[in-house]
Amino acid sequence: MASDKETHQGYRGEALELLKRFNIRVWSEVNIQTTRGHFEGKVLPRSENDDDKHLVLKIPTGYNVGIDTDTIKDMEETGFEKAEYKIPEQEFPYSEELPNVKLFGTGGTIASRLDYRTGAVIPAFSPGELYGAVPELADVCNLTTEKVFAVFSENMGPSQYIQLAQAIGKEIENGIQGIIIGHGTDTLHHTASALTFMVQNSPVPIILVGSQRSSDRPSSDAALNLIHSAYAAGHSDIAEVMVCMFGPTSDEYGFLHRGTRVRKMHSSYRSTFRTIGDIPLATVTKDQVNPIKNDYKPRRNDRQVRILPYFEEKVTILYYYPNMQPDIIDALVDLGYKGIVIAGTGLGHVNKPVYPALKRAVDKGVHVYMTVQTLWGFVHMFVYDTGRDLMDLGVIPAENMLPEVAYIKLGWALGQTTDREEVKKLMLTPINDEITQKEPYNGYLIYQGGVPEVEAFIRKHHK
Amino acid sequence: MEYDNPIDPLENYQNTRKKIGYVERSQATEADYQRIGFKSGLEVHQQLKTQEKLFCHCPAGIYHSNEDYDAEVIRHMRPTLSELGEYDGTALMEYKTRKQIIYRINNQTACTYEIDDTPPFKMDQEALEIALDISLQCNLNIVGEVHITRKQYLDGSIPTGFQRTAIIGVEGELPLTSKKVRLIQLSLEEDSCREISDIRHTRIFKTDRLGMPLIETVTYPDMFTPDELREAADYIRFLNRSTGKVRTGIGSGREDVNVSCRGGTRVELKGLAHNKWIPELSHNEAFRQWALLYIKDQLNSQVSDPDQWQMQHQTIDPRQQGFDDGLLEQAVKGNEKIVAILLPGFRGILSHFTQPGKVFGDELEDRLKVIACLERPNMSHCEELQPRLSQQTHQGLRQLLGGGPNDAHLVLWGPEEDIPTALETVDERCRMAFSEVPRETRKTFPDGTTVFERVLPGPDRMYPDTDSAPIPLDKKYIEQRRRQLPDQIIERYHQLQQWKVPEDTYHYIFSRDRFPLIKEITEMGFEGKFVGTFIGQTLKFVEGHYPPHPDFAPNKIRDLFFFIREKQLNREIAKKMLPFLYTQPHMNFEQILEQIHYNPVRKEKILEQLPRLHQEFSRIRHHQNSHAEVDWIMGQLHNQAIGNIPMNELRAEIEKYQ
Repeated sequence: MASDKETHQGYRGEALELLKRFNIRVWSEVNIQTTRGHFEGKVLPRSENDDDKHLVLKIPTGYNVGIDTDTIKDMEETGFEKAEYKIPEQEFPYSEELPNVKLFGTGGTIASRLDYRTGAVIPAFSPGELYGAVPELADVCNLTTEKVFAVFSENMGPSQYIQLAQAIGKEIENGIQGIIIGHGTDTLHHTASALTFMVQNSPVPIILVGSQRSSDRPSSDAALNLIHSAYAAGHSDIAEVMVCMFGPTSDEYGFLHRGTRVRKMHSSYRSTFRTIGDIPLATVTKDQVNPIKNDYKPRRNDRQVRILPYFEEKVTILYYYPNMQPDIIDALVDLGYKGIVIAGTGLGHVNKPVYPALKRAVDKGVHVYMTVQTLWGFVHMFVYDTGRDLMDLGVIPAENMLPEVAYIKLGWALGQTTDREEVKKLMLTPINDEITQKEPYNGYLIYQGGVPEVEAFIRKHHK
Repeated sequence: MEYDNPIDPLENYQNTRKKIGYVERSQATEADYQRIGFKSGLEVHQQLKTQEKLFCHCPAGIYHSNEDYDAEVIRHMRPTLSELGEYDGTALMEYKTRKQIIYRINNQTACTYEIDDTPPFKMDQEALEIALDISLQCNLNIVGEVHITRKQYLDGSIPTGFQRTAIIGVEGELPLTSKKVRLIQLSLEEDSCREISDIRHTRIFKTDRLGMPLIETVTYPDMFTPDELREAADYIRFLNRSTGKVRTGIGSGREDVNVSCRGGTRVELKGLAHNKWIPELSHNEAFRQWALLYIKDQLNSQVSDPDQWQMQHQTIDPRQQGFDDGLLEQAVKGNEKIVAILLPGFRGILSHFTQPGKVFGDELEDRLKVIACLERPNMSHCEELQPRLSQQTHQGLRQLLGGGPNDAHLVLWGPEEDIPTALETVDERCRMAFSEVPRETRKTFPDGTTVFERVLPGPDRMYPDTDSAPIPLDKKYIEQRRRQLPDQIIERYHQLQQWKVPEDTYHYIFSRDRFPLIKEITEMGFEGKFVGTFIGQTLKFVEGHYPPHPDFAPNKIRDLFFFIREKQLNREIAKKMLPFLYTQPHMNFEQILEQIHYNPVRKEKILEQLPRLHQEFSRIRHHQNSHAEVDWIMGQLHNQAIGNIPMNELRAEIEKYQ
């Protein structure tokens, strides 16, 4: 016998009792008599987060409605047909001339379908499914896929970074010409920096991609991001860990961002990923990669990749705010944290009352690094006394490393050594521009709307 | 091969028009509609008068000109599966067109929601309430929980690629004068963008209207004549407007009309801004389908094995092959590819009547424009009513294609990359002609004709909105709304109609709840049409043009009419007195009469002056128009006549004197 879970998917409490009483299952065609009149349609699964006082019905015109269980007088099943939700699967074509590209799945929403349990979208992923949804991919590369794990973006963590790094290493050894990683966007930039540190000297492009609008909607950015990333992975000369997402919010071109300088900057815009403190590596369209920077690491034919899968989990970011109390820092130390990245104000500052706590932390062997919560710009701790005092306490300025990147890097470094000098060397020796020599003049461009010349620019160029 | 026995397109058009029994709308009787099995239903869209848009806080109801925008955003649309796992036919068609869609955004009326860079905010409560009120008035079964559904639109009219829409009630009914019309449902949805242009592969929209709340009332196909259809449309429009909470003005109410004939199929005529267009358009659509059924029969008799039917085509080079026709020359100059197509067995089909002034060949041209994005003129065929290419060219083409006496041909042109879709489009439409009336939505024109707009979408394009939670409508709330509804609105509507009060006054009358006042005045013995018009037009005008006085109350109008009756004044004087009553409500009626210089004059006294005025006019007249004299004399007597003799009576007397 099928379980409740299956036959009454998502229903509980009153609604579940009612369905059972009238012998109605999910996917039943029903006639319902209520105090508000007669309804007919197909019973759909209910989202688990919704209440237990309503049934969801798909009426003949295709719309969904909820029926209040209190109003139901009678129900009758008139038919039953379970919906099969499947993206048409077609074999992904193979072409001799095209590069072989591997897509690793992590649970992001690059291609997806609806999940009735949560009402959210779950990924559709096999090459056949992807080809069915985005047939243009076949013009770009020979695609194979592998689901490494399935977690939501916010649940990505060190063990996933390590798993991914190892999977990438294996693929590269096997001769792949480009790698794409489908990933939820929330923590895409954390993973990008983690992979930069864990997968060094890659001979091929490693591209992280996601979508800001799930692919169950016609205007999704998923398909175009996927095409862009597939093209860049297969054809680009840039063999680095990169993030490939929309340039403007328009369906025009994507950016390839260096994995250590990229950050999600808007909760919902398509063009949310920006390179911070520098310019992006390149723009990408469905058949072209146009480098903007020329100091990238070029593609090679060898397979000399280094996999450094280390991570110490007891590391944290401390986002400084006025009136921060020292006990927070004491607590972290007492809980066994080994590394703290401070996102300080201005040039890298915190207030005096926390100094003793910081000193105690350093004395107990905690590695404390300073970054800036302004995101743009360098930590400059020599400018003010407070900065000099902090350095005297043992707080190490992390130059212009982004706070999240510094967090990932400190975790990675502490996974290898706890020696203060060794860690410092690892932290302050850039692997791929997480610290840059300088900030170019156009590395910080946040124009303000409303200014006539800015408005003129916006009107003329697609956002 | 000789191009022998060519068909005369015009003659064929007329013969086929006759053969299918087409009658003009003005000549059509109920028997005609029974003969072709006319059947139709409505989808009435009505914008709601809310402060804000449905899913964001942008203001509703502000419009911009095409050039008034701050930024542009580009999107492409690709189809997705419905939650039942199907692709929608329309979706696939739209995808084939590969349109680049540009949205023009004005910061005043659009935010990141409109261009789909932000998930929806909570549904506008004001809109939900109005939709619920109207649903209750339509006797609909109200849902227990409002579920926001996504309805896919790949034409780009909505940047997300879907419309957020939600059912408020199902299964209601409306009492028309002659019958009851059943309602399928009423939904609350967001309005779409307004199109600026659609040329080749680029479609431009503006986003000012996008997201404004709209209700859609859908009827069953219960209307069996165009007149019934019009009446139902008028009624629903009235019902919506009677709440006083909906928008009025151009584009605020739009009808989609579903029409079929017996053996035909549901075709949706889109976006009729005026109900007066409904009868002509629905009439022609039913006959278009009727004609397509005749075409089907004729084709099946001319082609022995329809399953084996295949068109043949070849690329032509007019210069090499010696076709020196202007249109083809132009195509060559524009670097376009030209393809000639033979349609075996299609003799007499391309010039077969479909709509007034239109033939089957036009169905192909329309689809080429929409699906293959080929701008008109995009083709020419051998049976055109107004030939685009010379007979000689067509003869040459036919020879080239090896066409026989039973065949027809056409030639189309366009950019090379669009030719495969163009060929597919012609092939598909021709094949459908053997078996069915295609399910389409069609764009309407004021002349009563329509063109193909897109394949008719089905329920497969609906899927739940994962960005928003369902909204429960509990019993208490519904009952509270029900108690606030004005009662007897239907009776009142019928009463106004019976009095022949002009329809354009209904909105004012019902939204201000002036019906009881009208009724009271008619009960004093005044004519309903006069009183309704007085309230709906004169009072409305005065309210709009004079400064209001806080002590004016509409029941003073009742007193005014009481005074007029007591004094046995002519009712027309009310129009003169109203502005004074409105601005200075403390003046008594006698004083007002003084203000307007009213003199009681007997009717005979006024009419006595006619001979003199007639003479005077003949002295000063400078043209022979008889109206001029009547108008002049009316002018001379107007002030005396007010309150003493009805204007229409005076005019009749003057005219009599001519």
